[in-house]
Amino acid sequence: MTAVLATPTAPAADAEPHARQRRSGKLMAGLGIAGAFLLIAVVGPILSADPEALSYDQLQGPSAAHWLGTTNTGQDVAAQLMSATRGSLWIGVLVGVFATAVSLLVGVVGGYLGGWLDETFSLVSNVFLVLPGLPLVILITDYTDTKGIMMIAAIIAVTAWAGPARVLRAQTLSLRHRDYVDAARVSGEPGWRIVVFEILPNLAPIIAAQFVFAVLGGVLIEVGLAFLGLAGGASGSWGGMLYFALSASALPRGAWWWFVPPGLFCALLGTGLALINFAIDERVNPRLRKETS
Amino acid sequence: MRFVLRKVGFYAIAAWAAVTLNFLIPRLIKGNPVDLFLSRVQATSPPPPEYRRALELQFGISDDPLWVQYFGYLTSILHGNLGLSITNYPVPVSTVIAQALPWTLVLVGISLMITVVLGVGLGTIAGWRRGTWIDGLIPSTTFLAAIPYFWLALILLYLLGSTLGWFPLNFGYDVSKFAGPEFSGAFLGSAFYHGALPALTIVLSGIAGWMLGMRNMMVSTMAEDYVVMAEAKGLSPRRVMVSYAARNAVLPSVAGFAISLGFVVSGQIATEIVFNYPGIGYALIQAVNSADYPLMQGIFLIISLAVLGANLLVDLLYGLIDPRTRQAG
Repeated sequence: MTAVLATPTAPAADAEPHARQRRSGKLMAGLGIAGAFLLIAVVGPILSADPEALSYDQLQGPSAAHWLGTTNTGQDVAAQLMSATRGSLWIGVLVGVFATAVSLLVGVVGGYLGGWLDETFSLVSNVFLVLPGLPLVILITDYTDTKGIMMIAAIIAVTAWAGPARVLRAQTLSLRHRDYVDAARVSGEPGWRIVVFEILPNLAPIIAAQFVFAVLGGVLIEVGLAFLGLAGGASGSWGGMLYFALSASALPRGAWWWFVPPGLFCALLGTGLALINFAIDERVNPRLRKETS
Repeated sequence: MRFVLRKVGFYAIAAWAAVTLNFLIPRLIKGNPVDLFLSRVQATSPPPPEYRRALELQFGISDDPLWVQYFGYLTSILHGNLGLSITNYPVPVSTVIAQALPWTLVLVGISLMITVVLGVGLGTIAGWRRGTWIDGLIPSTTFLAAIPYFWLALILLYLLGSTLGWFPLNFGYDVSKFAGPEFSGAFLGSAFYHGALPALTIVLSGIAGWMLGMRNMMVSTMAEDYVVMAEAKGLSPRRVMVSYAARNAVLPSVAGFAISLGFVVSGQIATEIVFNYPGIGYALIQAVNSADYPLMQGIFLIISLAVLGANLLVDLLYGLIDPRTRQAG
C-alpha cells in the first residue's frame, strides 16, 4: 500500500533556520486537506443526489448535470464519490480507534509493567508486524459470515495495531524511569494513575501520530479489500467504486471519470494525513526518538 | 552467533504463529471443505456416507480432538502436503502454488530491488544536496506514497496500455502465441514485456517511502561529528557522501525493509488482479471467489513463510553490516 507507513519512526531531522515556519505550513496543509474530506464526508451525501438512483444517461462523461459523469447504470459518479468518501473515512476512523486502543494496551501497559507480560506482548506484536496484512485480512474476512462495517474495521485492526504498539512501547520504556515518574511512584501513586496521568500525557503527540497512521492504513486496506470485492460487496467506499468500475470494464471503455476520482481522493487524503504526521513528528522531542529501537 | 540464533528463533516463532493461525481461523469460524465440495458437485440425491467419509479423509477433516488434528496438520505441512484444491480437484494445492509462485517471486524480486536502489540513491542525493531541485521533489513523494497500488496500476494501464498501446493489457505472457510457460528466448521476452507495467507500478508506489526515509536520515547523519571531520580532512565530497554519510544513514532503511515487504506483497495482490497477472495474488483471489479453502490457506501460508524468510535474510544481513545490533541485549 504505502511505504510512508513503513517509516513511522523515521527521524524527521531538520536543523534549518526556518524550520518552524515550514512545520506549521505542513500542519496547516495537512489539517486543511483532512478537514476538507471531513466536510465532504459529512455534508456531501446530504447535498448531492441519490448515489443509487438509476437513469438513462449511461456512461456519460462529465457534464453540467453530472459533474463527474455517470456509471454504466446511469448513477451519478459525483454523488457516489461523496457517499464513498463518507464510507472510507468512517472505516478509517473505526480502524484508527480500534488499533490505537489495542496498541495502547499492549504498548503502554506492557512497556510500563515490564517483565514477562511485556516480553509476551512485544513478541506477539513483532510477529503481527511481519505477517503480511492484506492476505491475513482476506483470510479472516472470508471465513467470517457477518460483514458489517464494524466487523471489517475490527478485522483490519487486527493487522494494524502492531506497528503503533511497538512505537508506543519504545516511548513508554524511555519514560518509565524518568525522575518525575519515579517521584510519582515513590509518593505512592497507584500504577494506573501513573500510566494515565504521568505517562499518557507525554505520549499524546505520538499517540496522535499513530492514530493518524492507523486511519490511513485502515482506509488503504479497506480500499484494497473492497476493490477485490471482498468487503461484503457494498460500494460504500472508494474501493467499492473501483470494484464496480473495473467489473463494468470502465477501463477499456475509457470511462476515466469513473475510476480516476476515487483513487485520487484516496491519494489526496493520504497526503493530508501524512503531512499532519510529519508535522507531529517534527515537534516530538528528538531526545525521545533517539531511544526508539 | 547468539544474534543469529535469536533471529532464527524469533522467525521460527513467527512461522509457527502463521501456521497456527492458518489452522485455527477456519476451525474457529466456518464449516468444512467437504460440505463445500459436495455442494459444488451436488447431484440430486445426497451422497452416500462412505463417499463423504472418503472425501473427509482426503481433505483431512476428522472428529478427533483439536490437538490431534493440530499435530496431524503440522505433520502434513512438514511433509509439504497442503491438501487438495477444490476448484482444480484433485490437483494438490502445492502444485497450483508452484505454478503461480515463480511469476510473483520474479516480478516482486526484481521490482523491489529497483525500488530500493533507486529510492535510496535518490534519497541520498536529495539529503546531500538539500534545497536543490531534487530535494524539492520530496514533498510530492508523500502524494505518490499514498496512492493505492492497484489504482496506480489502473491509471498506468489506461494511459500506457489502452490509450497509447505501448504495453499489453493483461496476462503474464502472450497467451495467443504460447500454449504455456516454456523456456525460450521468445517466451522470456514476452514475459518481460508483460511484466514491465506491473513492475513499474511497484517501483512508482514504493520508491517514495525509501527516498523520504533515506533523505531524512542523510540530513541527520550529516550533522554528526565524523562527517564534519571527514569534510575537514579535505576528502572529496563524493567520498564523504557515499562512504561516510550514506553508509551510516542507510541502516534504518535496511531495518525498515521488514515492514515495507508486507506492504509490497499486499499491493502486489491487487496489482495482479488489475493486470490478470498469473501470480500468487491472482490465484489467492480466484481461490477466495470460488471458495477453494485448501488453496486459499495454502497460499496464505506460502505468502507468510516467504515474507518471513525474506525478513530473516535481511535481519541477518543487518547484523552483518551494523555490529551494534549483534551486541545489544
